[in-house]
Amino acid sequence: MDAFTTHTGVGVPLRRSNVDTDQIIPAVYLKRVTRDGFEDGLFSAWRNDPTFVLNDPSYAGGSVLVAGPDFGTGSSREHAVWALQNYGFKVVISARFADIFRGNSGKAGLLAAQVDEKVIQRLWDYLADQPGASITVDLETRTVRAGEGPDAIEDSFDIDDYTRWRLLEGLDDIGITLGHADDIDSYEATRPTWKPATIKA
Amino acid sequence: MGRTLSEKVWDEHVVRSSEGEPDLLYIDLHLIHEVTSPQAFDGLRLNGRTVRRPDLTLATEDHNVPTLDWDKPIADPVSKTQVDTLRKNAADFGVRLHPLGDVEQGIVHVVGPQLGLTQPGMTIVCGDSHTSTHGAFGAIAFGIGTSEVEHVLATQTLMQAKPKTMAVTINGSLPAGVTAKDMVLTLIAHTGTGGGQGYIVEYRGQAIEELSMEGRMTVCNMSIEWGAKAGLIAPDQTTFDYIEGRPEAPSGDEWDAAVAHWSSLVTDADALFDKEIVLDASEMTPFVTWGTNPGQGVPLGASVPFPEQYDNAEDRIAAEKALEYMGLEAGTPMREVKVDTVFVGSCTNGRIEDLRLAAEIIEGHTVDADTRLLVVPGSVRVRLQAQEEGLDKIFIAAGAEWRGAGCSMCLGMNPDTLQPGERSASTSNRNFEGRQGKGGRTHLVSIPVAAATAIRGTLSSPADLTPATTGSN
Ligand code: SF4
Repeated sequence: MDAFTTHTGVGVPLRRSNVDTDQIIPAVYLKRVTRDGFEDGLFSAWRNDPTFVLNDPSYAGGSVLVAGPDFGTGSSREHAVWALQNYGFKVVISARFADIFRGNSGKAGLLAAQVDEKVIQRLWDYLADQPGASITVDLETRTVRAGEGPDAIEDSFDIDDYTRWRLLEGLDDIGITLGHADDIDSYEATRPTWKPATIKA
Repeated sequence: MGRTLSEKVWDEHVVRSSEGEPDLLYIDLHLIHEVTSPQAFDGLRLNGRTVRRPDLTLATEDHNVPTLDWDKPIADPVSKTQVDTLRKNAADFGVRLHPLGDVEQGIVHVVGPQLGLTQPGMTIVCGDSHTSTHGAFGAIAFGIGTSEVEHVLATQTLMQAKPKTMAVTINGSLPAGVTAKDMVLTLIAHTGTGGGQGYIVEYRGQAIEELSMEGRMTVCNMSIEWGAKAGLIAPDQTTFDYIEGRPEAPSGDEWDAAVAHWSSLVTDADALFDKEIVLDASEMTPFVTWGTNPGQGVPLGASVPFPEQYDNAEDRIAAEKALEYMGLEAGTPMREVKVDTVFVGSCTNGRIEDLRLAAEIIEGHTVDADTRLLVVPGSVRVRLQAQEEGLDKIFIAAGAEWRGAGCSMCLGMNPDTLQPGERSASTSNRNFEGRQGKGGRTHLVSIPVAAATAIRGTLSSPADLTPATTGSN
């Protein structure tokens, strides 16, 4: 997993609340045997609608999703996070996340930044005003920034300390365990020789 | 204070332990199949990681492979993709694979013990909940999810919180004609499907010691059906005799060193369990399920229960729902329940002893005209051994279908499924709604009950059969 310190990218306003994982990626897209390629199923029910935000060229290359409250409810499928990442999102900003979605995001390296509802509204207004504008999300200082001058938006976001640490270090569970590789090596050195192996040395 | 068997095995595998964190456990054997591994391998690729110990990893194709025409390309596209992906992953990462057509192909939990890879005192995991089967050898064995599969591939370890311990002591001897399957179905009906939640269970007592290795595997296999994390049995001479001489078993001095260690893997006399259950095997009878979870079972001689007889409202509602799904009337004697399909197979009852016992009962009889009998060996080795002993001929002569190896109708991921409303007597381990096909109705049974049911067309035991008319010797 890549370390995450700060990210600046095109903001995409998703003016909907209660977006569940079936809306993020419907079950019919789950038959794949890889962790990539799920971007074609992302928000698939809405992609046929020409007015849907992802079909608006102004937001092309978007990487910071600004969503309504209760994002990621429903089934626990890890694919919802993969679909957002496969599309190119690095950050989702919302006023409330479903717990499992937040957990899965942290594991996979997608930053779920929780902000005050008023901040969402200001970001939406700003992005409607200036389509294609960028948002900066700074994990070190836990701040979201957009715009310049007197109307600039700057506010803090919430993320638990452990997830923040893992993201800053770029560590997933496997990365953390690999950090104990010395312990694993010394354990292996003590394994009896009669233990079975599937492939002979 | 002394330690229990499972604590001894656990302690031997702790790589790292730190206050307030789960233990990091070393994994001795990682079994893999086509359904739960693809995203784990893909995760490795995306992160530029490798398989740490391909030599402690074994892959087989089992869950969705066809049991007919297995030498032709797989017709179902999803199944074909998963199988092809496993083959590519095994090749790319250097993992030993036994594919369809290979003589060692079969259900992952049949293949491990058969090769002698499953040994006492090991930690064994697989992306499949019935990994508990391997506990029969005195190993800690349990199922894991796809993210954990990736973790084991990359690190050969798992982060695990230590479960509580439970002893299930089964005293006395099983009466003639009553099997390990009846024993475990009786136990689950006694505890309920959640009774083992949070525990590693040790099965012990005279009735357990008297079981063959295959019988012990049947008991441990169903540990997960009453919620246990894992189930295991202390290794003894029966265990050592089973392993000795198998392809991957130690030999010479290594064998002696191994047996010396394995012999120490018993619960100390002064060890304490967090919980204990005691049952008497001599009172057990053939046991069958009537409902839609493995805990909803009764003796074959009993009747479909009345929901009102349950004190607790939750059980009552569950029973009503189950009866409706199963299309059963309360009060009907189980022996009068008519069955459309009998399935002999799965990692619970698809080994050679199971097929021998089924053939012994069926020999000289004919399968009921309205009933279909499907015999699916747990592995190609089991299939070949059965053919060498002429068991296939007995099944075919009786009108049964003799199939290739795999999970088959146990979970209905391949073409072997029940039709909506169709009723089965199945030697597998799960009778959940739709498990064997949408709308299918499953009764879990032992091998003798399956065989007798196939002949009579209603749930039966061999005692209900009139003597065979032809071909018997
Ligand atoms: S036989 Fe059934 S329970 Fe056993 S591994 Fe296959 S699907 Fe799972």
